[in-house]
Amino acid sequence: MIPVLLILLPLLTGLVTFFIKDEKTARSWALLASVATLAVSLLGLTVMNDDTHLSHKAQWLQTIGSSFSVKVDGMGQLLCLLTAISFPLIFVSTWHSQYKKANNFFALMLLGQAGLMGVFVAMDALLFYFFWELALIPMYFLASQWGGERRIKATFKFFIYTFVGSVLMLVGILYLQSQTPDHSFSLQSFYNLGLPVRTQSWVFWLFFVAFAVKMPVWPFHTWQPDAYEQSPTATTMVLSGIMVKMGLLGVIRWLLPVLPFASWQNGDTVMTMAVIGIVYASLIAIRSDDIKRLIAYSSIAHIGLMCMALFAENKSGMQGVMIQMFNHGINIIGLWIMVEVIERQYGTRKLSELGGLAQKAPVMAIFFVIVALANIALPLTNAFAGEFLMFNSLLSAKTSYLYAILFTVFAGMGIILAAVYTLNMIRKIFFGELTTVTANAQDIKLNEKLAMGVIVILIFWFGVYPQGLLNITDELSQVLVNKMDISHLLRKQ
Amino acid sequence: MNALILSAVFGVVMMFSGILLKQKSAVRNLAIAGILLLLVSNVLETYGTAFFKVNVNGMMYFDRLALFFNTIVFVSALLYFLLTAKDMEKVGVNYAEYFALIFFILCGITLTSSFKSLLILFLGIEIISIPLYILTGTDKRNLKSNEASLKYLLLGAFSTGLMLMGIALIYGAKGTFSTEGANLVTDKPSVLLVAGMILLLFSMSFKASAAPFHFWTPDVYDGAPTVFTSFMATIVKAAVFIAFIRLFDEAFGTLRAQWQLWIAVITAATLFIGNITAVFQQSVKRMLAYSSIAQAGFMLLSLYAMNTDAKEGILLYVTAYSFATIGIFAVLARMNDYTFDGFNGLAQKDPLVAGSLTVFLLSLAGIPLTAGFLAKFYMLKATIATPQGLWLAIFAILMAAVSVYYYFRVIQAMYFKEGDDAKAPETTPVFRGTLVILAALVILLGIFPDLLLHWFYF
Repeated sequence: MIPVLLILLPLLTGLVTFFIKDEKTARSWALLASVATLAVSLLGLTVMNDDTHLSHKAQWLQTIGSSFSVKVDGMGQLLCLLTAISFPLIFVSTWHSQYKKANNFFALMLLGQAGLMGVFVAMDALLFYFFWELALIPMYFLASQWGGERRIKATFKFFIYTFVGSVLMLVGILYLQSQTPDHSFSLQSFYNLGLPVRTQSWVFWLFFVAFAVKMPVWPFHTWQPDAYEQSPTATTMVLSGIMVKMGLLGVIRWLLPVLPFASWQNGDTVMTMAVIGIVYASLIAIRSDDIKRLIAYSSIAHIGLMCMALFAENKSGMQGVMIQMFNHGINIIGLWIMVEVIERQYGTRKLSELGGLAQKAPVMAIFFVIVALANIALPLTNAFAGEFLMFNSLLSAKTSYLYAILFTVFAGMGIILAAVYTLNMIRKIFFGELTTVTANAQDIKLNEKLAMGVIVILIFWFGVYPQGLLNITDELSQVLVNKMDISHLLRKQ
Repeated sequence: MNALILSAVFGVVMMFSGILLKQKSAVRNLAIAGILLLLVSNVLETYGTAFFKVNVNGMMYFDRLALFFNTIVFVSALLYFLLTAKDMEKVGVNYAEYFALIFFILCGITLTSSFKSLLILFLGIEIISIPLYILTGTDKRNLKSNEASLKYLLLGAFSTGLMLMGIALIYGAKGTFSTEGANLVTDKPSVLLVAGMILLLFSMSFKASAAPFHFWTPDVYDGAPTVFTSFMATIVKAAVFIAFIRLFDEAFGTLRAQWQLWIAVITAATLFIGNITAVFQQSVKRMLAYSSIAQAGFMLLSLYAMNTDAKEGILLYVTAYSFATIGIFAVLARMNDYTFDGFNGLAQKDPLVAGSLTVFLLSLAGIPLTAGFLAKFYMLKATIATPQGLWLAIFAILMAAVSVYYYFRVIQAMYFKEGDDAKAPETTPVFRGTLVILAALVILLGIFPDLLLHWFYF
């Protein structure tokens, strides 16, 4: 019931939006629809949080062994909530942005939301693949139609990258399905598969490339800074806040428990890639002058850390990543909102052209500093608990002890570097001399204050009381870790 | 049998309609009525009502596959008539003859879908080919059309020769034209039989425009009038594939070890050449010609796998491919400029046509929620189920990713680029309605393919 509503509500309202000609009406309608989706998501989290309401199964494509099977599990709860919260925030904060053919813009945004929700709740591999692609198409159109100057090239690169990844995943899914005894695409059949050790390895890479492109992990990241920079900011928020979580969710739900042996075997390789990505992206972020690119690279570093923690394959890592997926989404959307304000007001995103904004726009400065500090996981902000758990997991990772120490040290360097570029960004935007661009600056408007207010409340709430998030994910992460246990396989060898 | 006889009769009727009916719209309506009649009579035969009782001496066999495939062909042809029949007026003065030729081709298609004897196969292929040579050259004053027609005729004649030679060799080996007999040969087939089979494989590959026998395709598709290219690239190609499948399943099923590697090589080459060359095209029409080669590569996967999934899949594939391609060609036939830039800004000028085109292109590229995705899905599923098919499947899917590049160039032009002042192509309400129905069918089949495949098993 709940998951079906979460998909259908944005889907249908999105389709309706295509036919609303008036811009103002389309905008309000989209906001209304997203708030309704949020209400459903909250309902699923609080009142109707039992299995009968949270899962649904209907017949679909029986002849090939697939069914419309959806369920909101612990991770699904968090990601659906994140998606549901983000869209109203995005619509409110960009209330004053002008779009040509606004109805199409909002319609595609809502369709994208439907696709994302589908990815997060699908419990059938073919259905998962369907939604995986469905989430991509609206984003592609959004970024190519309303983006910056180099939009067509940048978003096409993004599209081709993710498409190549996902078709490889399709081959992987088909192979796994052909191996299941009942020829079914259901997640449960995949979990019970127990593929021979030898074949696991190459199937692993078929899946991992798809997820690595989406996250993105070095060296599959090259589409990301361009796409973030060239997309309209509302779309960038969806891409970086929610869409990258598709890759992480894919690894957690569809890769680690399905191919436990190969995940263990290739864990070191993946962690090395991720740690290179962390250091590399952080160093580039320090040298970036464009705020959008800086945040894009900082996002690569953050996702890299989450990817590492997943391949540590222990409970604290699982749980840390799950709650960090939520918190990272909230924080980065906060950052993008500020970037959007700066770009719209002053017409530039270059750090070198900004300065002294704290005098002119104190409210904005306060909000920005809080979100930026949350982004580097200062204690009492929401990201701290997740980051702490993830580092904890890295130290007790399933790799050799030396590797665990090395990985932790390099990943820790990422935090220090994050502090460098984040504080540097704050200094250059808000302090120092006023420039010609910022001389006549104004403070942020009511709608932006509202959106930022909600984000800051969430930051402090989950910073002080992360237990709420931990409770939701506790059971699922234990179940998943048990599935990843391969000690019986190792003993046999 | 209903459709076979009625289509031949209607071919003759259409020939005389040019003399008797003065108005072009009357000719057109007669043709549409004819195709409806064919469709209905064929569906009736599927449910057991045969109008004609003819003893075919076991040379033909109207089984479920044949009748079901005929239905797909007639539905496609009906949609094709509704969309492009009006544009045929622009080609030349012999309006009624074009319809007559198309009905003769449909007659050939009913032969190729139901043959049990190699002679009938040969007849069917020839009845399809000869009207096509004429249709290719109908734009008489256009040098390119003449060149294409001649090229098609010469190369087609050559492949016909190969086919006859192959049939003769097989007759020599078995002493019968029937497709049944060859299955008796199991452990060590004679050289004569294998040689004949390889020759048949080559000539069928030529008709299906599989590499390295594809060289005629781009020139012929490009040179022929666009309205006939549409027919050639969709319905005729589907017919060739169904004959291909029947031949290698029924006649050479037990010789699989002999031909599977050949097919694998041809498939890989077709996929590679079709997709890579399409990337470099500047004209949408030529791009679609190479795209049809690339799609043929995917259809060949069903031949390689040859299991239940493959046979269901090829029906879905030809349907998805024909619907989408007929739609694109119908719009293309009305455009003034066939380059990618000709599509610039179409979304602003005519959102409905641009939206339908997008659905067709997404379907050809194999994006989920469209019929094209499930068609490709069936092909891959069938291929992966074979022992060595996995690498071929991975290669095919990577080539499908390449195809996204050239299909999306049209989408990019329509939506993200500013157009010039030229007006959008003129369209009639029937055209727009049919286009939307076609797009809806593509999406519907993409969500519920069982709607189609269920008919196959009812």
